[in-house]
Amino acid sequence: MSERTLRGKVAIAGIGETTYYKHGQSPDAEFKLALQAVLAACHDAGIDPKEVDGFASYGNDRSEAVRLAAALGIKELRFSNMHWGGGGGGVAASVANAAAAVHSGMANCVIAFRSLAQGQFARYGRGQAVAAAAGDDAFLFPYGLMSPAQRFAMKITRFMTEHGIRHEALRSIAMASYHHAQTNPSAVMYGRPLTEEKYDASRWIVEPFHRLFDCCQENDGAGAVLVVPADRAKDLPHKPTYLLGTAQGGHHRSAAPVHNAPDYASAHFPTVAKNMWAMAKLGPQDVDVVQAYENFTGGVLLSLVEHGFVDPKKANEFLVLENLLAPTGKMPMNTSGGNLAECYMHGLEMVNEAVRQLRGTANNQVAGAEVVAVLGGPMVTPVSSLVLGTEATL
Amino acid sequence: MSTALPPGLPAPAQEPVAKPYWEGTRASKLVIQRCNGCGAHQWGPEWVCHRCHSFDLGWEEVAPRGRIWSWQRPHHPVHPALNGFGPYTIVLVELPEAGNVRMVGNLLCEPTAPVEIGAEVEAVFEPHDEADPPYTLVQWRLKG
Repeated sequence: MSERTLRGKVAIAGIGETTYYKHGQSPDAEFKLALQAVLAACHDAGIDPKEVDGFASYGNDRSEAVRLAAALGIKELRFSNMHWGGGGGGVAASVANAAAAVHSGMANCVIAFRSLAQGQFARYGRGQAVAAAAGDDAFLFPYGLMSPAQRFAMKITRFMTEHGIRHEALRSIAMASYHHAQTNPSAVMYGRPLTEEKYDASRWIVEPFHRLFDCCQENDGAGAVLVVPADRAKDLPHKPTYLLGTAQGGHHRSAAPVHNAPDYASAHFPTVAKNMWAMAKLGPQDVDVVQAYENFTGGVLLSLVEHGFVDPKKANEFLVLENLLAPTGKMPMNTSGGNLAECYMHGLEMVNEAVRQLRGTANNQVAGAEVVAVLGGPMVTPVSSLVLGTEATL
Repeated sequence: MSTALPPGLPAPAQEPVAKPYWEGTRASKLVIQRCNGCGAHQWGPEWVCHRCHSFDLGWEEVAPRGRIWSWQRPHHPVHPALNGFGPYTIVLVELPEAGNVRMVGNLLCEPTAPVEIGAEVEAVFEPHDEADPPYTLVQWRLKG
């Protein structure tokens, strides 16, 4: 039996994104943003949008595949896919699902995307206005535990306390994103640098490890990538970027109710990371650039640990700003500004940046980047990650 | 008696799968799921035992004691009822006498009090008699 893998089987041929806006400031409706990003990805790939035959997304994206297909006059929709789970846990999974569809022959040309104009809908930082909380929430909301920051805080408290990791490690993660955004004119935080003093003076969202700058913003925009079979990518305008490995899911009972996951102080990547590296036939030591989804900086720490990039025993020494900066840091991370400072596009902007790094066209280019890892939204479940590489890595 | 948080937060929907728990709290008893098939404790409530797949899940009163497994202290108000209030303390309490299941509640303490992982706590039953239907929350305080 031939090896079952996606390694080298598909490529991202095009990337697209809209203007990124602060929360509530998009002049365009969310669905229009989705259309713009999809068309931009097709244009970038040099492929007629009517050739697209599939759409994959995540986080309960409101821009439905069939509506996109109708609006764009798609001739034949062969694949539509929504990945379960909230936030950006499914960012890499949407690309993986598109890849699986393309490689299996179910579709030929699939868009993975995220569109999000949160300003036109509900705020994440506020609990839902409900009279009675049901399911898990019945055991959380009455105690004032309602927002994503609060849902994850106790994982971070436990992990950092257990390993003696200082808040300064999280500050470095936040500052790396802001630093890179200062040379990215597309970034929402372009022109708004973050200093140690500003970080330290920022207000508490949740003690003991969530200051304001540890938390993502809410933004409006959309991003999309176009996935095609590997052999087709060779004939398209850009240097191909290949999917080397990807995995999604969660470890044993990661979604156990009321914070009862056996391995609780976790971003839920232990098995996912192992499976991703196995498919990629690579490890963290092979990676030139890391894109690590920040919903909260503590989640980035957990995610880096579980993917093997950081040893918790050395986290205080390793997670210092200079190690995280392009072009010369030991582990350049979130090189376009990430969720914190480029745009909170639920990580889709990180997939685009991974492709730019491999094409050699990033604002904060790491010279000769051949392998880029994208670690999807941590601490939710299911989670997902992927590794992309240039032709040289096949 | 006063409540840990201001009035106006969502009440718990007392759903069928969790009914014995909510009935227990009204009588100041901590009652959680225990599988009649294999004896595993389980929390939160579910229709099947995660260990042996029995649907014959019983309910058992357990000691209202535990230790702090993790904690947080929110400052940002996540609900209108919390505007101008806070910070307040949320704890994740492990119950060593009930299979190490964990429960979430508020720690009854000053908003600046140090919180220590591993500290022993005991349950405090907080009735909301005016609610329709009435319910009782399980809060925690450091063991004296």
